Formats: sequence, structure tokens, C-alpha cells
Amino acid sequence: MDFQSCVNIKKEWDIVGARQLGRDIAKKIGFGTVDQARIATAISELARNIYLYAGSGKVCFEAIDDMNHKGLSIIAIDEGPGIEELSQVMEDGFSTSGGLGAGLPGVKRLMDEFDIVSEQGKGTEIKVVKWLR
Amino acid sequence: MSTLKLDLENYKELLKEYIRTKDEQALYQAEQFSKHSMQHNISPEEIINIHVQSLEEIYPEMPADIQASMNFLLETMISYGLAYQEHQALREKQLELKSELSVAANMQKTLLSTKKPDFDGIEIGAISVPAKQMNGDYHHFVQDQEGSLGIGIADVIGKGVPAALCMSMIKYSMDSFPHKRMEPSVILESLNRVVERNVDSSMFITMFYGLYNPQSHKFYYSSAGHEPGYYYHHERGEFCEMDAPGLVLGVTKDAEYPQKEQQVDPGDMIIMLTDGVTECRQGDRFIEPEEVLEIIKKYMDLPAQEMVEQVYKHFEKLQDFQLRDDFTLVVLRRNV
Repeated sequence: MDFQSCVNIKKEWDIVGARQLGRDIAKKIGFGTVDQARIATAISELARNIYLYAGSGKVCFEAIDDMNHKGLSIIAIDEGPGIEELSQVMEDGFSTSGGLGAGLPGVKRLMDEFDIVSEQGKGTEIKVVKWLR
Repeated sequence: MSTLKLDLENYKELLKEYIRTKDEQALYQAEQFSKHSMQHNISPEEIINIHVQSLEEIYPEMPADIQASMNFLLETMISYGLAYQEHQALREKQLELKSELSVAANMQKTLLSTKKPDFDGIEIGAISVPAKQMNGDYHHFVQDQEGSLGIGIADVIGKGVPAALCMSMIKYSMDSFPHKRMEPSVILESLNRVVERNVDSSMFITMFYGLYNPQSHKFYYSSAGHEPGYYYHHERGEFCEMDAPGLVLGVTKDAEYPQKEQQVDPGDMIIMLTDGVTECRQGDRFIEPEEVLEIIKKYMDLPAQEMVEQVYKHFEKLQDFQLRDDFTLVVLRRNV
């Protein structure tokens, strides 16, 4: 619970801002190049979902520093239409990105923990964590 | 993690070796390395990472710009890595589906199995091979209480699982009909009602049903829009078509199926088939019905079962061992 910083997502350009902030924090925590790149890709995916399907929302970062582990937690929140069929969007090959391996299953693969809450008409909140090894 | 570290050392040595010798041997080992990595689910960005680390160790003086460009390359590989992992996951899922389907196919085989009855003086040959795993064709022998032999042959328009499910229903309705006297027209009328009530209207089933009386040597038959059968006159040495008018099963509730009859003399044959036989294709060309009859004629001197098997083998080969539709052929021959 060190600090939390958020990037508001309204324009496509904000995706880059979120990536940048996320990568900076990841670097500070001590993630290597490959993990930094994975985290940045996950952030892109989460931010792009907000930009494309909710219109606006935010991506927040929190460095985790417990007794014995360090990590980065990312929360993406929007007040968009919500996701109707969660099991469907979590299925491989379903993603509207045209089966390019990304989408939410991709985010799940890039990170170590993944949690999603979505309510129709209210919005979606996705929380992911990457642990430093 | 330990294998990966080991691999880094390994990779670095290979890379050094290659840079020194520009040798095919080292490239071959690189190929082995990538296969080995794939077996351990290592994604492309990790390979790039190993490459970058090796370069840093081999060239400690590497310009910072080049190093930065390597990170750029790594970034572009992340999505490929994801696609690779997704591919692996889908492959596993496909294997699962495949094994599930093969269990279902085996179950269907048991469910739809029919025993060729033994009749004095009559010889029967039957073969049914699905194009995919599940069979959408069906054939069925039954002996009624008056000692006549009923033979049904049916085809669901469509292939695969839906067709197979549909066939199981047909089989169970036929089993539940009273075995008193299985008149073809009555059987088809009853089945038509079952199909009309229970099956989606987009699914069609055609069927040819025949009843052979071993006392009078008369063959009665009706057809529900099915591929016509053939009759072989032994004495005249010629085939003629056996068809009866009747709608495909399940179209309307009160369809009627007029019944025809045929006197069967010694040496004569009755041939029933599905369109998987008559619509065999050689390249882009559909074969002519005459070709089927010619092939049947070619193997006619064999026992009935061997004959249908040889005919199947012929057309399987003709289609490069890739059936496009389920293939079912039933032959009945009066010997004495």
C-alpha cells in the first residue's frame, strides 16, 4: 500500500500514458525487461478495452511491498455497459481483436493474478497482479 | 527456471560458435534449440531476451543504441508470444474435443449396430463408413414375426454430430414399432410422424425401406425421397432403378408412401445405397450412377459381403481416401 497513481483513459493517447506510468513503476519495483514489456502490453490491453467499449475510465497502479513479496497491482475501472458473457470473453479465440492472442485471456496470461467484476449497465473492474520473482 | 538458465549458457555458446565459424552446424543446433524451447513452452520474447543477454556478455562494449533497439524488438514479440500461448491452449482443447468425439463415435457404433440376419438362400452384404467421425447414415435389419426381412437405409442431410444424434432417434423409434408386419409404407408413415414432431425443420432425413418375403420371394419397398435403389436381373444381366414416390421425412405430418413390389428370382440382387455412394467425386467431377453399377458388376461374383467391401475400397481410392459424405451400401442376393 505504498502509493497509488491513476491515469484517466479518454483518448487513445491516454493508453500510451498508462503504459509509460506502469512501466516506470514496474522498473522501480525491479522487474526485468521481459516482464516490463509484458506488463506494458497488459496495460495497453486493459486501457484499450476502456477506450473502445466504455468510452472512459481509469487505470490505477499500486506497488506491493509485503514482508516477502514485491509486486505490481493494476486496477482498470470503467462505468461502461459492462460485459454480458464473462465466460465468453475469457475464452481463447473469442476476442474481437480477431484471434491475435490478446484480449482478456491474453492479459491473464501476461500477469500472475487476474480478477474481474462486471455488472451490466454499471461497469467493469479488472484487477491484475504481477509478482516479482 | 534452472533449465532456462542452463539454456542461456547454451545459447551464448552456440551464438559465439556461430559468429566465429558462420557454420551450418551451429545453425542446425539453433534449430534444435528452438524446438527444445517450444517443448518447454518458452515464448519468443524470452528467446529475444536470452539473445540480448548473450550479446551483452559477448560484447560488453555494445553501443547503448543497439541495446535499446533490442528492447524495441523484444516489445514487438510480446503479442507473438501471446498468440503462441493461445495456440498451445487451443491445441490442447482440440485434442480434448477430438477424444470426446471419438468416445461418442464409439458409443454411436454400439447404439446403431445392427446384426445381419441369416436367411436360407439369401445373402446379405452391408457396409457403412462415416466421412467424419460420426455417421449420418444408418442401415438396419429386422426380422418380423411372419419371417420376412425388413431392411431400412437412411441418410440425414448433413454430416457430423447433429446428423448422428438424429439417427439415434430414428433407430429407437424403429425399435419401438411393433414387429408384427413391417409394411414399408406403414413404417415410413410412422417414422415421418416421429421426425415431424421431434426434429428441427431444417433437418431432413431420407429413407428407403424394403421388406423381403422369403416364401414368396417378393420384395416390397417404399421411399421417402431417398436415393433410388437398383435391381439386378441375373438372367437379363442388367440393372434397373427401383424408386417409389414419397416426400423426405419430417416435411408434413400426413405424407403417404406408396409401396411397390418386385419379384426376386434366383441370382437377382437388390442394391440399396446412400448418396455418399452415387455422389462420389473424382477431382471435381461427380461420378455417373452407371459407374457405380459397373463396379458392382465387376465384383459381383464375390460373396455379398466381400463385394460391398471391394466396391467401397474402389471408391475410397478413387477419392484419395478422403470420403466427402458418409458411404452406405447394402446388397441382398437371392442365391437359390
